[in-house]
Amino acid sequence: MSPVVTVDCLGRPCPVPVIELARALPGVAVGELVDVLSDDPAAALDIPAWCRMRRQEYVGATERVNGSAYRVRRLV
Amino acid sequence: MSASVDGGYLDAAAALPLSPAAREALLAALEDGWADPSRLYGAARRARLLLEGAREAVADVLGARPDEVSFTGSGTQAAHLAVLGALAGRSGTGAHVVHSAIEHSCVLAAVAHAAGEASAAPVDRLGRVDIAAFRAALRRDTALACLISASHEVGTVQPVDAVVERCGGVPLFVDAAQSAGRAPLPTGWALLTASAHKWGGPPGVGVLAIRTGTRWRSPLPADEREGGRVPGAPGLPQILSAAVGLQAAAAEAASEDARLRPLVERLRSGIAAGVPDVEVVGDPDDRLPHLLTFSCLYVDGEALLTALDAEGFAVSSGSSCTASTLEPSHVLVAMGVLTHGNVRLSLHRDTTESEVDRFLSVLPPLVARLRREAGAEAL
Repeated sequence: MSPVVTVDCLGRPCPVPVIELARALPGVAVGELVDVLSDDPAAALDIPAWCRMRRQEYVGATERVNGSAYRVRRLV
Repeated sequence: MSASVDGGYLDAAAALPLSPAAREALLAALEDGWADPSRLYGAARRARLLLEGAREAVADVLGARPDEVSFTGSGTQAAHLAVLGALAGRSGTGAHVVHSAIEHSCVLAAVAHAAGEASAAPVDRLGRVDIAAFRAALRRDTALACLISASHEVGTVQPVDAVVERCGGVPLFVDAAQSAGRAPLPTGWALLTASAHKWGGPPGVGVLAIRTGTRWRSPLPADEREGGRVPGAPGLPQILSAAVGLQAAAAEAASEDARLRPLVERLRSGIAAGVPDVEVVGDPDDRLPHLLTFSCLYVDGEALLTALDAEGFAVSSGSSCTASTLEPSHVLVAMGVLTHGNVRLSLHRDTTESEVDRFLSVLPPLVARLRREAGAEAL
């Protein structure tokens, strides 16, 4: 299943990737995916932590040429 | 006149001003304790007596014998000497080190410098080391184990005595910088270090305690000073002041604990109630009495520090944007908690209830403003 929305936060420091993720999530249906592209080292922690606080599912990270793609599934 | 700080200084875990007792002792020692204690004339004998008295006082508080205690130039130097000397003394066993994932950066730096190989034992979400994983990481060639007495970033007390029981003879180094003079110390350590400016003594004094029978070899060219462990003339006036400061801190530790814990609890509940989307981190109960850490969702840690500074509050942060490396704090990373918008508050003998209440009234509108400016208001 490919993500419905990809949020490009390359070159932008924390907490921007988490803010952009929070903005994008309401735009997808429950059960669908958002990928956040980030090269900020804090995103690896802050995106899973945000999912825990917001009761969304953190699917995992995939390394890209620049940074990583952090995949989140909307649960609520 | 006593040394004190302006209202709003909440970074005691970094440094404290001299306590009144330590200040008085320093002024007296500048008059009386200038001679080189290693010489053979009257003023030197006097200096030697003072130095040995300071050693006895510090040893008493740390639960050590005086001949196990040496004074160093800082807590960092003490930790470096503990790690490097223990590895040099046990090079026949191996060069592997086991440490918790939340050690102070000076311990990690010493391990990276001198260990052949190192294993980091994980911590749980509250910042407490996994005892079983720590034990499982020990190997036949493990020369040293390292465990901080309590987390300097989130306050969680570490199960040092339980880890010692499972170390199977591997010497344990305990960095007690945040606990000495404030909280009960563990007893089963082979090496223990502390830092005077964290207990109200002067900067420039650290303590290295090495249990009798622990294999340790000086990583530096040794001389006759400090039992052959710390070369160079010791800073006697500062050491005398540090010793008096530690005695004073230990004497009031129980009453300060009883006074500061409710203030920290007031901060914990006030922050959780007043700021939406905040994560207070660290063990809520089994913790240092004076320290509290929290992270605010969608807030830039550096912007938060700057805004609090403008309100007269001095605090520290583990957020990546406040670090020269631009990496988030390895302690927060190991715990798996939010790393941005992070603030550490650490209280001290001059912290008052009204200061705490002022912080609680200042923080919520400030966080709301920063979120508004970041366009993260109603997320």
